[in-house]
Amino acid sequence: MSLTYLEAIREAQYEALRQNPDVFLYGQDIGAFGGAFKATKGLAREFPGRVFDAPISEDAMVGLAVGAAIEGARPILEMQFADFSSVGFNQIVNQAGTQYWRTDVPCPITIRLPSGGTPGSGPFHSQSMESIYAHYPGLVIVTPATVEDAYWMLLDSVELNDPVMFCEHKFLYYHLKADSLGERSLPIGKARIARPGRHATVVTYSAMLHEALKSAEELQLDGYQIEVVDLRSVKPMDTDTILASVARTGRLLAVGESFPWGGVTAEIVARVSAEAFHLLDAPPMRLNSKDTPIPYHPNLWKSHRPTVTTISDAVRRLLRY
Amino acid sequence: MQLSRQVEEKLGSLYRSGGRIVGGVYLGKGQEAFSAALGVQLVEGKDVYGPLIRDQAGRIAFGEPLLDCFRTYLGTATGPMRGRDGNIHRGRPKEGMLAMISHLGALVSVVTGVLFARRLRGSLGDTVGATSIGDGGTSTGAFHEGMNLAAVEKLPLIVSVANNQFAYSTPNSRQFACEDLLLRAEGYGVQGWSVTGTDLASCLKGFRAAVAAARSGGGPQMVVGRMLRLGGHGEHDDASYVPEEARFSHLGQDCLMVAEKTLAARGLASAEVVRGWEQEGRKLIDAAIAQAGREPLPDPYRERWDALSTSHLVEGRSE
Ligand SMILES: Cc1ncc(C[n+]2csc(CCOP(=O)(O)OP(=O)(O)O)c2C)c(N)n1
Repeated sequence: MSLTYLEAIREAQYEALRQNPDVFLYGQDIGAFGGAFKATKGLAREFPGRVFDAPISEDAMVGLAVGAAIEGARPILEMQFADFSSVGFNQIVNQAGTQYWRTDVPCPITIRLPSGGTPGSGPFHSQSMESIYAHYPGLVIVTPATVEDAYWMLLDSVELNDPVMFCEHKFLYYHLKADSLGERSLPIGKARIARPGRHATVVTYSAMLHEALKSAEELQLDGYQIEVVDLRSVKPMDTDTILASVARTGRLLAVGESFPWGGVTAEIVARVSAEAFHLLDAPPMRLNSKDTPIPYHPNLWKSHRPTVTTISDAVRRLLRY
Repeated sequence: MQLSRQVEEKLGSLYRSGGRIVGGVYLGKGQEAFSAALGVQLVEGKDVYGPLIRDQAGRIAFGEPLLDCFRTYLGTATGPMRGRDGNIHRGRPKEGMLAMISHLGALVSVVTGVLFARRLRGSLGDTVGATSIGDGGTSTGAFHEGMNLAAVEKLPLIVSVANNQFAYSTPNSRQFACEDLLLRAEGYGVQGWSVTGTDLASCLKGFRAAVAAARSGGGPQMVVGRMLRLGGHGEHDDASYVPEEARFSHLGQDCLMVAEKTLAARGLASAEVVRGWEQEGRKLIDAAIAQAGREPLPDPYRERWDALSTSHLVEGRSE
């Protein structure tokens, strides 16, 4: 059996619906049609009355999910693209994110964000929103990079009694395959050493993990052993695992696909600088997309996001210091 | 509505005397009839209610204890919001009273969501949900999305629209261009009701019918009432922008006085009886303030600074 990242997301939703009658799915075109990416294919038929087509109302969709959660349901929302969650931003950060803190009533909702760039998708179907949402209190931000994590972390997210932004990467939907879903392993909040090494640490997450791993392969040919840390969830951020890795290598590069001003990579660098300055043999570095909207043409898009080449160049600079 | 007016006058004087109230004070003077008329139709412990800024009367009618109000305005650690949020931003969601966020329009879909979950779990029965909005709040995208979604889902939601002519300082003419906000109901495919916002009898009649229609499967209901806000946007505001003509128009009538006249004219309650209610009210208010005033204020050293209910996922926790 071989399963894609996208199929794992569908399977996880199947399993969540099967396990718990309080789970329901709400999103645009996700019913009989099965969703823009087919992440809910067949689920409306298999779970009648539990998978709903939503109007194009991201604000009200999130509001509905919060209300349903107050009443004890565990909604999974699908944003058609992460980019459109900006329309539901207020309900996400101000309603869902403050609910537990203000009223002591937990808000168990999972919002699936089909995230990140794919060739030809342009400025409004390519965004990575994890940094934006991580900035706000009261939200858990999950960024799976593997088929297994897509499956298990989605199930974990639905079980969590807090709002989860589930950032699933569209570039991985069809490319990434696994032979099995494996076992439930690390919980949300724990990072994973995706590749051990000793000369430098690259901390990353989501689709950039795979670029970083390829870069580590490439640098291996030059005799460098690069340690790659997959954050898995950006909030909470597993600072301990990052610091332990930097303690081994003395060098840090943080890589993310979102825009360069602030955000997850800046947070990583700030934490390492503040807590492990004495462990560093070189100034910590970060690499993000360019500071422009995300271009449509593949020629431009490929240069807008970090790639194997730009990651390898950055690591070489880090190693030369 | 009588008690509400007294509570709000007390809040106003506490605000002006300085010191005890933390933050602003937002009152519903002139809207008590409209607000209470909805609140009394709802059944506490069964229906869900998401009141807004000018709903002290509706809150009392629904059954919110006065202590919740004073504890929140004084910011005590004992109130439902425990000093984390204040004044009108209070509620007890598990008991059917939602705690509004400031962002106008945002509650429409949340109340809808509670009803949606009830239907999903088979517990909807003949329960209803209700929330309020002002003329200004109807201009938000959230209001539109929420109304449309409730209509698509055909859930028993009652939305009361209090057109008090001004949104803060902005008059209706700069807020919307249709003749009457009631027209919006048809556009959403929900049933619309118009009531005289200054007349308790008219408000009661309209809300009774609207709530009954929602209870019996008629889908969302929108009740529009017109009146004038008899005060500033908050107690910091003297409302100097409200023209004289408006104050002296029929919209500027005080719903409390209208109600008192009706009660007397219909032989339901004489002026003495009403004064008796006032005295009762004063006692209740004094007792609630005295109790809230004795209670502890929030302590930053005891505060759990966590926004997640899953404590092991809270960053920087040193336990
Ligand atoms: C989305 C949003 N924008 C701005 C505000 C600031 N604000 C608070 S109340 C208010 C006026 C509201 O007017 P209306 O809805 O007519 O209600 P009223 O105060 O007249 O009862 C404004 C602009 C807000 N709370 N929410």
